Amino acid sequence: MSQNPSQQGQQAVQTTGHVWDGDLQEFNNPLPTWWVYTFFATIVFSIGYWLIYPAWPIGNTYTRGFDTITYVDKAGQKVTSHWNTRALLMEDMNKAAAFQKPFFDKVLATPYEQIAKDPELENFVMATGHSLFENNCASCHQTGAQGLVGHYPNLTDDDWLYGGRYAQINYTITDGRHGYMPTFGEVLEPAQIDDLANYVASLSGIHADPAKVAAGRQLFHSDTAGCFYCHGEQATGRHVIGAPNLTDQIWLWADVPAHHTAQGKIEAIRKVIYNGVNKGVMPAWGDRLSPVDIKVLTFYVHNLGGGQ
Amino acid sequence: MNGEAVAAPQKRMLIFTRSVKGKFRRFKWSMLVLAYAVYFLLPWLPWTRQSGPSQPILFDIPGRRFYVFDLVMYPQDVLWLAMLLFIAAIFLFFVTGLVGRAFCGYYCFQTLWTDFFIWIEGKIQGERPARIRLHKQPWNAEKALKLGATHFAWLLVSFWTAFTFVAYYAPAGQLLREFFVGAAPAAAYTTTGILTFTTYLAAGFMREQICAFVCPYGRFQSVMYAPQTLAVHYDARRGEGEKGRLAPRQGLKTLEERHAQGHGDCVDCGYCVQVCPAGIDIRDGLQYRCISCGLCIDACNQIMDSAGFPRGLIRYDSEENLARPVPAKPHIELRNFRVIGYGIALALMVGFLVYNIATHQPMAVVVNQVRQPLYTTLANGDVRDAYHIRITNSSRRDEVYAISAKGLPAGALQLAFHDVPIKTGRSVEVYAWVRLGPQHAAEISRFHFVVTPRSEPDKAWTGVARFFSAAGEADGDNE
Repeated sequence: MSQNPSQQGQQAVQTTGHVWDGDLQEFNNPLPTWWVYTFFATIVFSIGYWLIYPAWPIGNTYTRGFDTITYVDKAGQKVTSHWNTRALLMEDMNKAAAFQKPFFDKVLATPYEQIAKDPELENFVMATGHSLFENNCASCHQTGAQGLVGHYPNLTDDDWLYGGRYAQINYTITDGRHGYMPTFGEVLEPAQIDDLANYVASLSGIHADPAKVAAGRQLFHSDTAGCFYCHGEQATGRHVIGAPNLTDQIWLWADVPAHHTAQGKIEAIRKVIYNGVNKGVMPAWGDRLSPVDIKVLTFYVHNLGGGQ
Repeated sequence: MNGEAVAAPQKRMLIFTRSVKGKFRRFKWSMLVLAYAVYFLLPWLPWTRQSGPSQPILFDIPGRRFYVFDLVMYPQDVLWLAMLLFIAAIFLFFVTGLVGRAFCGYYCFQTLWTDFFIWIEGKIQGERPARIRLHKQPWNAEKALKLGATHFAWLLVSFWTAFTFVAYYAPAGQLLREFFVGAAPAAAYTTTGILTFTTYLAAGFMREQICAFVCPYGRFQSVMYAPQTLAVHYDARRGEGEKGRLAPRQGLKTLEERHAQGHGDCVDCGYCVQVCPAGIDIRDGLQYRCISCGLCIDACNQIMDSAGFPRGLIRYDSEENLARPVPAKPHIELRNFRVIGYGIALALMVGFLVYNIATHQPMAVVVNQVRQPLYTTLANGDVRDAYHIRITNSSRRDEVYAISAKGLPAGALQLAFHDVPIKTGRSVEVYAWVRLGPQHAAEISRFHFVVTPRSEPDKAWTGVARFFSAAGEADGDNE
């Protein structure tokens, strides 16, 4: 486009008439008319936009615009604010909550056993329960509720510290739990703890020293160690205080499955007896989740496969 | 750009078509009536279904269901839509190979709506000369009234066209009620607005420009012509003679007189040009703007009849036939490699689509293994794996599905529901667990789930599933 305008014949582009250095001229190529009008239209549009939406910063505040959004906040108060995306989100959340309400009402009104017989309702509860679980529970119990040995119990198996019936699970979630086992290292001789570890291992079918097992059995049921107070005469545990069953294949505090030799497994048990347990804390959710949320979570946990 | 003169873009010549009578005009009208009847009435016809909308065709986008008469399509059936588009494309090629741009001339919605808009224009403003006069005259009450009425009618038709389109995506009756009280979804208003505008623009203003400059189909159909393809042709040899076309005058009225003086049969009346919606002169030969609508044939035949000349100066014919010393009677030529190829492809694809729809499973089953945890050790040392079985009832009635397993010891399969009742069009997810003793857990790594519709046990679904356990994990390989 830089050729001399004089070469362009009849279709020569006009110049602005300015001339520098003798021959340096400026073309006058006006913008297309439609483009100019579109540009003006955007200016007109923007004025309407300023009036409706937040637009101009003024000092440490800004023009708020005339458009408003009304929503119900978490405290149940009706709030009217100028248009902003946070209020828009609240409004959308209100809409979603209103949409879900009939379903939750139905869940609240239906007994657990009935929910389990209705495929569509069960699907709703399991799907909702899954997202509630992921948001609130998975940070400890892990995304699949499989727990973490040494820290958080596995919720998918059929062993329950505090009971696996609906009412027991609901109680556990609502009020929380606190498991405790004394530090026997301070009370018993190392040899005694070794005997106990061998005995406990034998209960689960792990190969242990028969002499130590015999000594351990006696100690377990004696007032010296007093294990049977909590774990019971048969060592099958007590749900009321969350004392685990020692005769099954499930381990929470002692990482027995990680060891492949009997020696290693017994050592893992010995450590737990020596140190005791004072970290089995499940927080209370009664003041953080609504009753229907807890009901949904109870059903979800129960129906992961281990419910009783 | 070296000082060379560049032709300025030609200013568009407005086209005012003259009306015409004849068999192609009749065919075009009947196609238009048929197409409009189907398009505009279909959303309003009642249709009974066990569940779903009472409308023959509804594309339920939020619900992810396409209802096409008695067929309900789910997202997994999108293959059918792809097949349908393939078939439509091949069918277009097939027809183009036989009779040229028949689609453009008679079926294309651009052609139909332009035709209808021109009809409205003619009803309000009168025949071609009246319209040209109206266009040229300065603005006055008559011009404002007539043009205003025309544009108002166009806008009404455009609006109803757009609204009908939206009615294929939402229940029509409900949409109509909601639309005029401002309660319809924003998407309905936006879509109606855009389509009203584009219909008005394309059929009222752009018209033949769409075919010439916008539409890709018209252009690539042109390259699908074979020498045997029938198209609208002007028989130049007959029309021009040795000395060219000429208007009839004293001594040049009969064919004998004209032939004796070397003139052709074309009386150069220009009727064929005036009726052309694409604004071309067919006597210049086959050209890309020609949409092959045949109106010039009707026009020319009318003139030939009144002059007492034989019909067919402009006619459907093939280039090959016209080049012959003595042209034969024009006919559709099926013996063409391309046409036969398209025909075979078309038959195969239609057959595949029909077979696929006819043998469609009345359900869709997806089995997902729970991978967190991959397996669970139970109190007595058994190993349990969990599965989510999602069953979608894609049959047209409510159904009960029974879930079972093959390749597992008795009692190993536990289910949240044994018999799952599912309404038509709905999905249910069933939790399933497989519990095996340590011995079996070490041996079994594969089994099959079987999902049987109670009323059609022969259409049972079987799918392979895997069983994981610590034993398999220790081996490092589960297979």
